Formats: sequence, structure tokens, C-alpha cells
Amino acid sequence: MFPKGTKRKFSDSGEEAVSSGDQGPAAPSAAARMLSSSYSLQRQSLLDMSLIKLQLCHMLVEPNLCRSVLIANTVRQIQEEMTQDGTWQIMTQALAAAQCPTDRLVATEVLCRQTDPAAQAGQSPKPYAVVGVEEGYHSEEVVMEGDVETDVTMSTLSPVSPQLSSASYLAGPFGMGPCWEEEEEDGECEEEEEEEDSEECVSEGEEGDGDHLSADSRTGEQVFGTFEIKHPAPPPDPALEELFSDVDPSYYDLDTVLTGMQSAPKMGPYDLLDSLSSHGPTALSSSSSCRSDLNELDHIMEIIVGS
Amino acid sequence: ILCGYRYFTFSIRTVGPDLACTDIISTVEFNYSGELLATGDKGGRVVIFQHEQESKNRPHLRGEYNVYSTFQSHEPEFDYLKSLEIEEKINKIRWLPQQNAAHFLLSTNDKTIKLWKISERDKRAEGYNLKDEDGRLRDPFRITSLRVPVLMPMDLMVEASPRRIFANAHTYHINSISVNSDHETYLSADDLRINLWHLEITDRSFNIVDIKPANMEELTEVITAAECHPHQCNVFVYSSSKGTIRLCDMRAAALCDRHSKFFEEPEDPSSRSFFSEIISSISDVKFSHSGRYMMTRDYLSVKVWDLNMENRPVETYQVHEYLRSKLCSLYENDCIFDKFECCWNGSDSAIMTGSYNNFFRMFDRNTRRDITLEASRESSKPRATLKPRKVSTGGKRKKDEISVDSLDFNKKILHTAWHPKDNVIAVAATNNLYIFQDKIN
Repeated sequence: MFPKGTKRKFSDSGEEAVSSGDQGPAAPSAAARMLSSSYSLQRQSLLDMSLIKLQLCHMLVEPNLCRSVLIANTVRQIQEEMTQDGTWQIMTQALAAAQCPTDRLVATEVLCRQTDPAAQAGQSPKPYAVVGVEEGYHSEEVVMEGDVETDVTMSTLSPVSPQLSSASYLAGPFGMGPCWEEEEEDGECEEEEEEEDSEECVSEGEEGDGDHLSADSRTGEQVFGTFEIKHPAPPPDPALEELFSDVDPSYYDLDTVLTGMQSAPKMGPYDLLDSLSSHGPTALSSSSSCRSDLNELDHIMEIIVGS
Repeated sequence: ILCGYRYFTFSIRTVGPDLACTDIISTVEFNYSGELLATGDKGGRVVIFQHEQESKNRPHLRGEYNVYSTFQSHEPEFDYLKSLEIEEKINKIRWLPQQNAAHFLLSTNDKTIKLWKISERDKRAEGYNLKDEDGRLRDPFRITSLRVPVLMPMDLMVEASPRRIFANAHTYHINSISVNSDHETYLSADDLRINLWHLEITDRSFNIVDIKPANMEELTEVITAAECHPHQCNVFVYSSSKGTIRLCDMRAAALCDRHSKFFEEPEDPSSRSFFSEIISSISDVKFSHSGRYMMTRDYLSVKVWDLNMENRPVETYQVHEYLRSKLCSLYENDCIFDKFECCWNGSDSAIMTGSYNNFFRMFDRNTRRDITLEASRESSKPRATLKPRKVSTGGKRKKDEISVDSLDFNKKILHTAWHPKDNVIAVAATNNLYIFQDKIN
């Protein structure tokens, strides 16, 4: 399930940044407002969903190249459309505006650093970003050394922010070494990524729980974002209340449709056998569910030991 | 053709200690005569069924398919260089035409293709001179006379042995293998390349298609399926994730990067969405037995193409058009990436493909009638005729119809096969195999 908080926050911050003043010229914001807000929300949620799918590379088995190519093409399409109607600019400006490490609001980004410097000057030289809401941040949820907030922000923001205005771009998923390339380049360490992903993803797949992707802050190569969406903490933050106050109700419709598709199938007498297969009755996360990663780790150990 | 399919079932692997996910059937294929039916599963096993002769007491029934041979074709491997596991799941099985008493098939996982020989043994020799019946060597000094070993009948044993292993030729995941009509060569296709092999030579293959871009970030299209022409050994086709099919002639050049024919249906601009490309991705391509047509399966439809007409298909059949309004949800749960296969019947007059909720669809090309059937134990009694199913799309749901929101998207029929001569079909529903045949009389 893609996180609710993410999408709301994102579009609200976009409008916030514009309204709070001086960020961009009036034209892009007007264009953005002219778009039906439900369409742009849906488009944004599709973008978020696609980015999550691209990130959740199944690190134990090579990911399905066809699927990844199709998702990346979808992201490109959305990005192109958003560039044309100006919302792309708003998003990047919102991202810049939201970068305040001391806030409860933590802006996280998904960036794939291009590996080809020639492409730097190429088309769509814009970063895209997903902003996550974070409440009651707990240090133990992030497997990173060091201090809580600063470390997270350090790992996600600081290497990234200087690049914000520079030309980092989308098409990077194919540059993400282990997922695409046949040879190792620049010593990319899949092991490191693999470990973090599998550790971090234990809690994934539980509806309503904190969905969790690890951040892999490699220095030169790639930057992944930290996604943290949690239950709203019992004492609500007034800042966040304000953000949620003008959420477009059409969002809930989208969720309903999506949750509707996830409803558990009726279990007949023979379905027990079916449910024992890896295609469980509820496929909440994408195919690369980290829930199975632990089993796969065991499986891999068996193979290594066996061989 | 479409009416009166009876539930004839053979359900395999019903209950077992490690049922888990290794028993999901991943490929189904009849051999050239239809006598044998091979299935491959996610655990790397191949199970072959054999059609039994009709019993004399009940001549009106066709014989059943019973297990003939089971063997482990592929094992899981670990690529130490990339720190990635190589799945043992059998992606495809293709039979070779039978040339002697033994049967040969090719089975492949993501990386390695194997040629298996399946042979019967129903006699054994007894009365060896140098060893006794247990196999222990006899003391040569004790042998006082010579005897000729005699062949004694024994219980039928079916042995499978790997005869060739075609490895290390694919960097990406193999999605297709196809035996050429010359019966000497075959092709294997992965996401970006197609190789041509000789069945006798395992240490090298010819690369005949390579669509890998110099810069992987420019990759926007992959190969999804490939097949050799059934009669012209120089012709093959491959389909792509952008909904295109390229027909190539191996006589034209060593590297067939340039196609001879390019098949693509122009997009309908009114139905364009963010999912248009994904649902146009072709998951399977099959030549007709006649070699005049080919069929492609994309997410929502099956299309029949005349090889002489490149700009559009001659027939289009909607498999589950009611899913068009659910594409966003199907993208979210990844079902939109499901790869359905399709198949022709022996006379090319009908085609079949799978859907969700254990439904599968058959289309009669002549009458343009279509039918939806279900492969499940609840809805089928042995020997009973299958009842047609219907998905209700409108507001009012009729009795016996099922609404789109009640469909179980975990029960998908991706693999189906049609007997090359008779009206017998094999349908794989997750970890069960269903065999249906039509009524006689």
C-alpha cells in the first residue's frame, strides 16, 4: 500500500510553498491550480507509487527487467507531463522550501544520480522528490549510526540538497548497478544495500504500520530516500493538522478503490492450499515483499552452505 | 468447439509437506503428438503426464492423463559475482519432435537451458558373467562357465537424463525458447538478446538479436517473447514491451537487429492513459500451426495478425475489458505486470487464454463466439460439463454472474495449452493442473 501521508503532504506543501510567497512566478502556480486537483493528486500518487516500486528492487533475486522498464517509462511520462504543465517546478521549489532539519517535517527525496555525465545536460534535468510526513520520529526505526534526526537528515538531505538545483535526473534506475548492469561499476556494493533493505523491510507489508525503506546513502553513486510514514501520534501536531485540513476528499475515493482491490478473497475449502503458495490471500505490498526476504535469506544461506 | 468441455482433471501436488510456493506451475506444454503433457514448476521440477490408451470397457471415454515421469530439472543457484540468487523456476518447456523411442524436451530457467532425454526401460538383463544379481563383482576364479545374459521384463521405469546443458549465454532472464523447424537449432530469448543454438553444441551460440543500448539508462524497451516460424526455418518473431512485434529473416544478416517486418497497431488516442504502454506490452506471441498468422497477448486482449499485414491485427478479442477501469489498482498490486500466455487449437480455428479468478477464455475465430470457463474444484464435478461463467460489468448483477470487485486476482491462469490434434486442454491454476476435454457423442 502506498502511504497516504505522503501524497497529501506533497501536494499541500506544493501549494503552501507557492502561497507562502516568493518562490516562483505566478504563471506556474496558476497553471497548477487550473489542473483539476483530483487529477493532479492521482497523478502524484501514481508517481509516488512508481517510485516506491522502483526502489523496492528485490535484492536477493535479480528484479524483473521488463517490469522495471515499464515502471520507469511511466515515471518519465508523468514527469514529462508535470514539466509541461509547470507542476514540476512547483514540486522542486516546495522541496527546497521544506528543507528544515529542525522541523518535524522531514523532506525526503528519491534521486537517482546519473552515471553518465553527458546526460547531465540532456533532457529533463530535474530532480523529483517525494515528501514524507513524519511524526513522533523514533530513532530505533532507522538503522543508521549516530544521532537520530540529524543523521537521517544528513544522509538524505545534505548530499542531495546541493544537487537539487543541479541536473540530477530520473532515468537513473537503470544506473542502479545491481538492478540493471551486467558488470559491477565503481564497486557498487549490493551487499550493503541488501543488508539494509532486508533489515529495514521487516515491518513492511503490514497495513497501517510504518512502511519503511532504508536509506542507502552512498557517497558518490546513488541516493535513496528514507520513507517514513507512521501512525499519527496521539497528541496531534498543530502544524500537521493545518496541513491536513484542506485535503481533497477525492483522495479517499482513490484509496477506497485501491483498498477495494486488496480485499481478501473468500476462502473456500480448497483455498487453504492456494494460500500456502507465495501468492498469499492479501497482496498488500508489491511483488518484492520484504516479508519474504527473511525466508529468502534463509534459503540463500541453505544454498551457500549446501554448495 | 467451445461447448461441452468436461472437467477431466488431474490435480497434482494436492497435499504435501513442503507445498509452499515451489509447486506453482510455471509452464505447460503438450508434445507434438499430444500423447505427453509436460509441466514445469517454480521449484525447478518437471512433471510429465502421459495419455493412457482408452480403456476397452468404456470406449466412449478418452483415456486419462497420468503421471509418466517426474524429475528435478533445475536447482537454485547463486551468482557469487552479483550476489544474487538464480531462481530454479522453469520458465518454459519445449518438446523436440520425436525421432526414436525416447522423448526429448528443452527446459529453461532464467539462465540455463537443458536438454532432457526421457526414455523407458521395461526390460533388464539378467545373468551377467562378471557380476551377480546384486551387482557385486563375482570372483573371476569362481566362474566356471559362460552364459549369455537374458532380457527379462521388469516394471516400466521412465528415466530422465540431462543430455545437454546450454549455460552462460544469457546475462538477462530467459523468457522464451523455441525449437526451429529444422529440428537442429533452437533460439533462446532474454530481455535484451536472442541467441541461436545448435542442439548438439553447448559451448557456444550465435547472438542474432541484441537490443541492449550502449547506455543502460536509455533502455526503454525489452524483448518479451520470441518464437520460430513453424515451417520457415529462417524466420522468427519477437515481441516487445511496447506492443510491437518484429519478424526477422536470418538469411538477411547475421545479426537480425533490423527487422524484415514490423507489426504495430496504431494507438487509439482517445484511450490513452499513463497505463497505455504497460497494457500494450506483449506477454506472449504464438504462430498459428499453419504459419500464416500469429497471435499476441497483451494485458487486456488477444490479437491475431496476418503475417502479410503489418499495420494492424486482423482480429482482436477482448479478454477482460472490464479491468480497464481498474488499471490503477492493478498497477498498485502489480497484477498489471502479469504475463498471460495464449494458444491455438490444432486447426487454428480457436484460441485460448487465461484471466483472473481462475477463469480462462476461449474464442472461436469462425463464429466469433467466446466463452469464459473456470478451473476450480468447487465449480467442477468430475465428468460434468463446465458451466460458462460471466463477469457482470454493469450495475445490475444477474444471478450466477460475478462482479468485478469479487474477482480474486491471486487466482490467475497464466499458462494454458491445447492438444495439437484433439479438443483436450490443459489449464494451470496456481499449483493445480486441470485437464479438460470435450464430450464425445
